[in-house]
Parts: sequence; structure tokens; C-alpha cells
Amino acid sequence: MSPVQLAALAVVVPLIAAPAAVLVRGATAAWAIATAACGFAFAAALMLATDVAAHGTLSYALGSWPAPWGIEYRIDALSAFVLVLVSGIATVVAAFARRSAAAELPADQLYLFYAMFCLCAAGLLGMTATGDAFNLFVFMEIASLSSYVLIALGRDRRALVAAYQYLILGTIGATFFVIGVGMLYLATGTLNLADMAGRLAGVPDSRPVLAALAFITVGVSLKLALFPLHLWLPNAYAYAPSAVTAFLAATATKVSIYVLLRFYFSVFGAQVVVEDMPMPQILLVLSLVAIASASLVAIWQTDLKRLFAYSSVAQVGYITLGISLASPDGLTAAIVHLFNHGVTKGALFLLIGGIAMRAGGAATLEAVRGLGRTMPLTSLGIVIAGLSLIGIPGTAGFISKWFLVLAAMQAGHWWLAGFVVLTSLIAVAYVWRFVEAAYLAEPGPAAPRAGEAPAAMLAFAWLLVGGCIWFGLDSSLTVAGARRAALLLLGGAP
Amino acid sequence: MIAIGHYSYWITVLLMATGLYIVIARGNLVKKLIGLAVFQSSVYLLYIAPGKLIGGTAPIVAEGFRVYSNPLPHVLILTAIVVGVATLALGLAITVRIREAYGSIEEDEVLEADAGAPGCDGTP
Repeated sequence: MSPVQLAALAVVVPLIAAPAAVLVRGATAAWAIATAACGFAFAAALMLATDVAAHGTLSYALGSWPAPWGIEYRIDALSAFVLVLVSGIATVVAAFARRSAAAELPADQLYLFYAMFCLCAAGLLGMTATGDAFNLFVFMEIASLSSYVLIALGRDRRALVAAYQYLILGTIGATFFVIGVGMLYLATGTLNLADMAGRLAGVPDSRPVLAALAFITVGVSLKLALFPLHLWLPNAYAYAPSAVTAFLAATATKVSIYVLLRFYFSVFGAQVVVEDMPMPQILLVLSLVAIASASLVAIWQTDLKRLFAYSSVAQVGYITLGISLASPDGLTAAIVHLFNHGVTKGALFLLIGGIAMRAGGAATLEAVRGLGRTMPLTSLGIVIAGLSLIGIPGTAGFISKWFLVLAAMQAGHWWLAGFVVLTSLIAVAYVWRFVEAAYLAEPGPAAPRAGEAPAAMLAFAWLLVGGCIWFGLDSSLTVAGARRAALLLLGGAP
Repeated sequence: MIAIGHYSYWITVLLMATGLYIVIARGNLVKKLIGLAVFQSSVYLLYIAPGKLIGGTAPIVAEGFRVYSNPLPHVLILTAIVVGVATLALGLAITVRIREAYGSIEEDEVLEADAGAPGCDGTP
């Protein structure tokens, strides 16, 4: 099998696994299918990434229709990088979900949960792999519709309201995106992203193109929860089942950031986005507000999932801050943080899933009092992942913050470097709230008594915690991949 | 005259603004979904209208067929309509579940019912 076919298989196998999971009905069989499909996608993504690193961009023509006419799957340094993140997290979360979902969902709905999980993974992988603008919209809707269902599965009735609000805002976002794509199609007559980029240079009157840029920016910003379009996110993350929160927090917003990068730098080009339009300035201001406000709001939360959901809004701000610098270092910082933050948040929400299971409800700060004694491994994991959120040296978060500070100083924004360091201190404050409750407080009446989470859950959570440390100590893989992607976007080598 | 010549765009913009306004302004969960459907319909028109050429035929490669309409937008919008139907169906299904859980489909009453519950800071 040549690597080119893997580009299609990585998307198609999870897509087919979804109806297969519905057909088998049994919870264990459906779980096995989902995990195997995600694992296959992960293996395929790793092979694609090595091949792309060695031989450059891959292109697969679906149905053998050649590129500008047929739908093309195009794997370059950036999409391979994001594919590895999404499929890797999907595999770990799917494996983790067996005990976690069984504890949180009705037994007769479990097979449907796994089917939706596969659809969501297939949608996100498809968004990353495709090189066709309309195909991207369809995959975006597959991923979104299945994630609305996954969120609505939460035990709390507020999960329904959160899913409804996400459905309204997510659909508005996707519709804005498709309006933008429609304008680009009217201006260029093509839907293939690479072809579109070539033809945009020859479009004389650029007013519709700039309108398209505006529509796509707003639409994708809704999906990636850029301040002030993040209002759907805290409730959706807080009330969704634990495994769903971990998966969506680690991948969904990241893939939307990928789409933004793809359109900004591969389709419109840095010339239009950075020099003709004030996109970097807009992104810069919104990112700064997102980081400062969401970090501050996170400090006052009492529910751990909600606390780290607000922290996600802030961390997305760091990524868009890197994009707004639009330099090789800035984009490297953004792409590396996209990966590191995905691993860190995945680890955090999986560990919180273990707490929620033992506490028999929401993981509130009240419930985690004295957790350092009752669930020592879980607490330690949260502290390590928390340190990675702050950006302590030796963790993955440090690598991304380091490059961000470096990029800010290269651009001559010394105050920006100071801002990044200063806001990291706010992260210390909200992580400290957990440490204070878990290690310094006596176990309260609401404290979980049953001890550690099952080993089958803890092991997968710790796999990601290990990732937080590993990618902090040995950053050669992630940084090299991110740098290749950044240079590709800015039109440099490979 | 040019402004009137492109009247399909005016209708598109009107539908788009109407739909988005309903989604934002209405508190009833079903009415919001209706607004969303109107908003999505405007996009169907945005794609399909420019595909039609007056006097154009189906794209047939033969003698006598010179001007043809672009069939691609129709295919794209067929997909978008399916997506729109799925979104509407899912939205209505969630609304039914909200009615069962809260006994209301008015947004303010639903949010009111959970105000003061633990872990809720009251923001929508």
C-alpha cells in the first residue's frame, strides 16, 4: 500500500466504523471497533507524517478524478502534523472511554456514543486531509453535528442547553464559512484550495475576495472559540461527558485553527492577509483580551471542567497571538502550541474524568478537597499538566511559550513578551486553586472515598501526562514538524 | 440599473439578515431554529443564482449548444440542503429533550431554571 492511499483511508476507516458500531450494538464490540478505527487512523497519520517529511506534499485524487475537477486530499507538513495530533488523541480517548462512558451514560446508548465518536473523529480528520473548500465544509458539519450529539449526552440537563447553544452558534459559524467559500467560488470558479490560491492572484476586483476573507474569519473564529465568540465553549465543555470534553478540548478547536491557517496563508496568502488587511492587528487585540479575560474568569470557577474550559479560551488566545505575528517564529509557536496544548488539555480532562467517576458527579473544587491523599496519582497528573499549562521549564507548555516570547521579541514587541510571562502568572493562580484544595485542605464530606480511578482509565490519562513531559524535554520532533509547517505556510522551503 | 439587474443578490442579503435577526432576537427555541433555517436558505440562493445563465442549457458537448448553465452549484447545494435538514432535525430533537427536562422552550425560562445551581455562573 502506498502512503498516498493512507491519506484517504485515515478518514474513510473511522467514517465506516461509525455505522459498523451501530450495527454490532454491543457496547464492548462498538468500543473495540471505535478504538481500532482510531488506532488505524493514528498509524496511518504517523506513516503519512514520516513520508511527507521525507518526500514532500502528497496528493490523492478521490475516484481518480484529477485535482482541479475532482476532490483532492492533500497532505503537507501542516496537515500531517494536525492529523497525528487528532488521530492520536482520538485513539487514547476512545480507549479511555470504555470505563468512563460506561459510568456516565445509559448502557443502551453506549454503541451510539461510539458511533458518534467515530463520526466526529472522521469529520475532524477529513477537515484536515481535504484540499477542497466545499468538502471541508461538509466534514466540518459532520464533526459539528456529531459533537452536538456527544455534548447532549451529558448527565446534567444543562448539557442539553449547552448543546443547543453550540448548535446555533456552530451552525452560524459554518454558514458564514460557506458564504465565504461561495464568494471565493464566484470569484475564481474553483473549489480546489491550491487552484484557488493560484487564481486569486489574477482576480482584478478584490472586493468580493476581501468580503470572503471577512466571512471566513468570523465563521472559523466562532468554531475555534476566539474571544468574543467563545460563549458556547465553557458550558459545552463543562456538561459534556468526560471523554467527550477531553476529545473536543484537545482536537476540535485545534482543527478550526488549522482551517484558519490554511485559508490565511495557503489560499489568500500572507500578502493579502497581513499587508492589505489589518488581520494581524485584529487578531492581536482579540488574543490579548482572550488571554487576560478568560484566565481571570477561570480563577473564580468552582467546577474543574469549567475552570479548564476558560483556560482553553485563554490558550487558544496564545495560539492566535502566534498567528498574528505572522513570522516564521510566530507561526512555529502557534503550531507547536496547538499540539502541546492539545496533549495537555487532553491529559487534564481525562484525569478530571476519573475524579468525576469517583465523585459520582461534577468534579467541583469542593469534591477534590484532600484529593492528594485519596487519589494521589490523579492529583499528581493534574499538577504536572497544570505546570505545562503555566509553561514551567521541562513541560510541553514551556516550549510553546518560549517560541512565542522569542517571536514577540523578534518582532520588536518587548511588551508582548512581558505580557506572555505576566499572564502565565494568572495560570499559576487557577492551577493553585486545585493544588490548594487537593493538597492543603482536609477531605470534605463530598470527597471521593473509593480511591484511585480504575487503572484502565488512569493509564491512558498518564500516557498524555507523560506526553506533557516528553515533549517538554525532547522538543526536536514537535518543533521540527511545526517549523516545516510554518515555513511551508509562509512560502519558504519544502 | 445594475443594482436591479442583480436582484437575486438583494433577496439573498434580505433573507440572510432576516434569518440571523430571528436567531438573535427570538427567545423561543423553535423560532430560533426557524430563523437558522431561513439564514441557511439564503446561502442556497447565493450559490444557485449565479449558476444560471438566461438561455443557457445543460452542459452538453455537441453542435448547437454554446451557452450552458453551471451544474456544479446545484450539486453543492444539494449537499448543503442535506446538511441543513440534519442540523434542523437535530436542533428540534434537542428542543424536545429540553422541553422534557425543563417543561419550557423559552430561553429565559430555561436559563432561569438553572440559575443558582452549583457550578453555574449565570452566563449563557
